[in-house]
Amino acid sequence: MSEGIAFYAIFFAAIFTNNILLTNYLGMCSFLAVSREVSTSEGLGGAVIFVMTATSVLNWLAYHYILVPFDLVYLRYIVFIVIIAAFVQLVEMVIERISDKLYASLGIFLPLITVNCAILGVSLFMVIRNYTFFNSVFYGLGSGIGWTVAIIAMAGIRQKMARSRVPKGLTGAGITLIIAGIMALAFMGFSGMIKIT
Amino acid sequence: MAGFKIRKVFADDLGANNPVFAQVLGICSTLAVTNVLKNTVVMCVGLIFVTALSNMTVSLLRKYMPSRIRMMVETLIIASSVIIVDIVLKAFLPDVSRQLGPYVGLIITNCIIMGRAEAFALSNPPGLSFLDGIASGIGYSYVLIAIAIVREIMGSGSIWGYPLLGDWWTNWSIMVMAPGAFFMLAIFIWIVKGIRDKEEGESS
Repeated sequence: MSEGIAFYAIFFAAIFTNNILLTNYLGMCSFLAVSREVSTSEGLGGAVIFVMTATSVLNWLAYHYILVPFDLVYLRYIVFIVIIAAFVQLVEMVIERISDKLYASLGIFLPLITVNCAILGVSLFMVIRNYTFFNSVFYGLGSGIGWTVAIIAMAGIRQKMARSRVPKGLTGAGITLIIAGIMALAFMGFSGMIKIT
Repeated sequence: MAGFKIRKVFADDLGANNPVFAQVLGICSTLAVTNVLKNTVVMCVGLIFVTALSNMTVSLLRKYMPSRIRMMVETLIIASSVIIVDIVLKAFLPDVSRQLGPYVGLIITNCIIMGRAEAFALSNPPGLSFLDGIASGIGYSYVLIAIAIVREIMGSGSIWGYPLLGDWWTNWSIMVMAPGAFFMLAIFIWIVKGIRDKEEGESS
């Protein structure tokens, strides 16, 4: 068990040293597709933070109170993905009822999130690393924030870059990946600050 | 007719419509597992299996699925085939399974599989869908394997775990870490796009 690690260490590690996007490469698809404008990135980032925290709580409960006692651990992929999909659907319906404004800004991103590998990845990492409940909550929250930081920074860079001349073959995905690489290099500067495994 | 269709499926998935280059899909795992060749090959075999099997199943069920919940059904089908891969890996290749960790499970959210199910399997018969799954799996795999070869040689001076370059080689530790993966994939996309643009320029 990783009881020795304090929750705030996990929280900051998930944002900086073990950024889910830049060191674990999760959530790349939507990262590349949506990071064109800062405002849309902020919207998607907010949705990711919320869904990631909530699903890591739900999945932790489902794993430790349903799957482990009944010896059904091998079913975890199906259970996790169903919980994530159902939760996203539920949130979408609730938001649609409660607030039109929020739905307009967040609603379109929610379906995208079901297939965001980062969400499932966080749940799987948390199970593999045997986090306690409290640690899982902060791991989910931290990873969401880390992902958001990365996508907003990327969107900012790409907006500036719209006016610069990129080599022809590199336009689009190519240059975005190179920027992501440089960002990953920058985030490597944080490593050694906190270590989680 | 059938032969022609099959050839077209393969040509499309391996070349013009290659999921990694043309659509930039499913690159999460492209980057994560390509620092060692062995893991990459295992991952690719798993991915080809999952794509082919889930494509075929989706195609078999395509007439019975209500379109409102079809995404959910597709996800469940994919998840079940991934579980098969996971159990087989745990039984026969426990070391590799441990190193791949959560990335086996993450095949579920690999956009390529969902994309093929949506774009191809829903409108084509099971046999052809099965072949399309294999073809797009291979199209994805050869990119991964190419990247893994470069990364393992430069990052650890070895290939498939056997030392290749000897003592004089200083390992580029950046190649086995995250930034190396981003740079490699970007360079690959650059090369392929460059060649393609040139061909288009000549033909037009």
